[in-house]
Amino acid sequence: MNQAASDIALVASDYKSGLKPVWCPGCGDYSVLQALTKAMASLALKPEDVAVISGIGCSSRIPAYTSTYGFHGVHGRSLALSTGLKVARPELTVICTGGDGDGFSIGGNHFMHACRRNVDITYIVMDNQVYGMTKGQASPTTDPFWDSALTPGGTGVSPFHPLVIALASGANFLGRAFSGDPKGTAAMIEEAIQHPGFSFVQILSPCVTYRPDQKDWRNKVRPAPVEATSDPARAARRLMTDDGFNIGPLYRGEREPFKLNQNNSSTETYDFTGQFEV
Amino acid sequence: MTQELASSRSVSIAVAGSGGAGAMTTGNLLFDVAAKQGWFGTLTRTLGPQIRGGEAAAMVRLTTAPTSSPDDFFHVLLAIDWKNVERFAAEIPLTSDSIIISDVDGGDVPEVISRSGAKIVQLPIAKTAKQIKQGRPNMIALGILAEMVSLPERTLSDMLEKKLGRKGQEAVQSSLDTIKLGRELAADLPVVAKADFEQPAPGERMVISGNEAAGWGAIKGGIRFVAAYPITPATEVLEWMSSALPKLGGSLVQAEDELSSINMAIGGSYGGIPSLTATSGPGLALMTESIGLAVASEVPVVIVNVMRGGPSTGLPTKSEQSDLNIAIYGLHGDAPHIVTAPMAVEDCLFTAQWSVHLAESLQAPAIMLSDQFMGQARAAVEKPEEIDFGTKREVLTEGVEGYERYAVTDSGVSPMAIPGLPGGQYTADGLEHSPTGTPSTQDAHHAEQMDKRLRKLTEFDYADHWAAIEGDGDIAIVTWGSTTGAAREAAERLREFGINAKLIAIRLLSPVQPEKMAAALAGVEKMLVVEQTHSAQFFRYVRAQYDLPCQAKAFNRAGPIIIRPGEIVNEIKNWS
Repeated sequence: MNQAASDIALVASDYKSGLKPVWCPGCGDYSVLQALTKAMASLALKPEDVAVISGIGCSSRIPAYTSTYGFHGVHGRSLALSTGLKVARPELTVICTGGDGDGFSIGGNHFMHACRRNVDITYIVMDNQVYGMTKGQASPTTDPFWDSALTPGGTGVSPFHPLVIALASGANFLGRAFSGDPKGTAAMIEEAIQHPGFSFVQILSPCVTYRPDQKDWRNKVRPAPVEATSDPARAARRLMTDDGFNIGPLYRGEREPFKLNQNNSSTETYDFTGQFEV
Repeated sequence: MTQELASSRSVSIAVAGSGGAGAMTTGNLLFDVAAKQGWFGTLTRTLGPQIRGGEAAAMVRLTTAPTSSPDDFFHVLLAIDWKNVERFAAEIPLTSDSIIISDVDGGDVPEVISRSGAKIVQLPIAKTAKQIKQGRPNMIALGILAEMVSLPERTLSDMLEKKLGRKGQEAVQSSLDTIKLGRELAADLPVVAKADFEQPAPGERMVISGNEAAGWGAIKGGIRFVAAYPITPATEVLEWMSSALPKLGGSLVQAEDELSSINMAIGGSYGGIPSLTATSGPGLALMTESIGLAVASEVPVVIVNVMRGGPSTGLPTKSEQSDLNIAIYGLHGDAPHIVTAPMAVEDCLFTAQWSVHLAESLQAPAIMLSDQFMGQARAAVEKPEEIDFGTKREVLTEGVEGYERYAVTDSGVSPMAIPGLPGGQYTADGLEHSPTGTPSTQDAHHAEQMDKRLRKLTEFDYADHWAAIEGDGDIAIVTWGSTTGAAREAAERLREFGINAKLIAIRLLSPVQPEKMAAALAGVEKMLVVEQTHSAQFFRYVRAQYDLPCQAKAFNRAGPIIIRPGEIVNEIKNWS
């Protein structure tokens, strides 16, 4: 972008590619796309300096719907792609995106280690408690008695609590948003991007097709009753007792982010011959 | 002291001992001193699975001319003790001409060793070491061997000063005193090798391991970001790069597993920084899905795979060439990619640099197949020549309206926009896509993108780097990887017997080079395919991929018993 163009303030729609999403009408992810682009506009990020990275799943289609750089990788590995990119190119803004199956099931190990590594990236998970792209199976955040063709009568397995795991693993910013509140979601994403280190935002994003019951989330969500804390012990207690519908920033950590090399250039040379002379 | 045991050109010595006995230290010091004195050669090691300690043997071959081949047998086996030696006795072939040196107080020579009929010499190794304060039996062993190889005292003491100096002058002196007693113990032993080096090699000799050479070659090629997950026997590639990269402004990150390390490398490379990871069989298996992503999204990445015995955990500390199939065929779908293989320790340098060049030039993943034998071996070699392939990734230099990241071009390579470039924004995708990168299930897009991804590999000029072709004749020894050393020496010996043998050692395993291979095989009537696998993977690959105008026979064996040149010679001589 030349100087003249960069002087013109970009708006949310400038961050959209215009490609028509594959999502079902009424999908919560439309609002997340709206919130994400709004947050980028509000932060006046240059689209060329942002990379939106994802894995596989409905929500993982989001990079192609933005006008930034993007990478739609394989299932479950988006955080590894994001980490590699950010470490190699620290000056970029790296936003990792995806769903609950991609992030917490097949990608669960990377989730924990991304939290503890604390690289300065933002991880946005659109949690709808279901595998939508494969047409309705239970995910790690699904209620144990939710019936599906693959697990009739339910999985019988307790749901995964992503925010608790993230906190215990060392994430530096935690928040929960609701896609039905795009404005609040945008503000949350904006803060997450600005917060140093690994920021994790769980966005409740209903699946109208396979989880029509989630239409009721609108009535369940509420602003978190207290301000976010920077005390991990206090945050853990709150998260362990919350019912999953408290919305807002929940934890603002003060850990030192992963140290990034600012100089990954391939132009420098060094003669290693001396190391091997006898 | 006049008996000529070994040929004047080559001597092979094994030093064995249980954990803590210091056999590896003895072997390494002997090797370094010999290299300093002007010898070429290789030091390989055999280890048990123990984390620390356990049995170990250093296997040294010293030669007056460069070679990467093992010899057929060892002239000398020196055992500091005999603990667990039966576990690798088969890896130390001896003949009745060999000499076994052991401690007179260390018990009888085990039957697995003595049945070779080698001459047994028992010396008071441990007892003599005790004469010196802090004297260690492995330094007695070093003294004995230094005497047998005629290594001058001065070269040895300089080396000891260099290697042990940090432990203090007292430790160095104690070692030198112990070595002196060892030399005296060897007074009645034959000199097994005496090279006519008037003075130490004038600083042109270098000692390097295959794993270090791979790391260095990769850096020469331009690698500046590495994602790492430790695995035997590849870890040294990563450890060496970890301290080397910061000297060039590069960086290394330890990943949580290989699923992550390959994706981190792809992420770094997508960001425009040439990137690499290194692993071994089990890790490569985990990476294959994402290597397919690099194929589809056209992101250059280098995977150094240091092979060990498989399947599953297999033989983690022992060499094999049995990852050939997974490297060539392991990706799902039709996924054209590059597979290369170095042929020797020092060739790890060249081939790693070349692999980076290919990956970057072709915007595709390159798997380099090294193995434990050369990865963990140390070689005394000439300093390498500087090579410049002119490696340059084709990138978009200025943003364009309607940029097509996956534009269908004649070469198949299309300019890649690097994040940060205004107007170059696109989404790299593992889904099939149109030229702009937009996901597409249309047959036309699939067909043209598949053609493009294959074409860029097949149209590329690999020059004569694709293989080493040496000699001429109607018999060819066709091989790849670390068995090249033995094959080359076998061809040389056959020529001395008056049999014209040609060596064809393939460095570029994928994509295949049918025209070049046809030229190489012109006039060949018989080819012996030599490899270290149980199921003759390379033989099957050669037969499937190339038109063979000749008889073909496999000479293959699983690890860990390496293939020796004499076996190849016999195989050809007995092939009627």
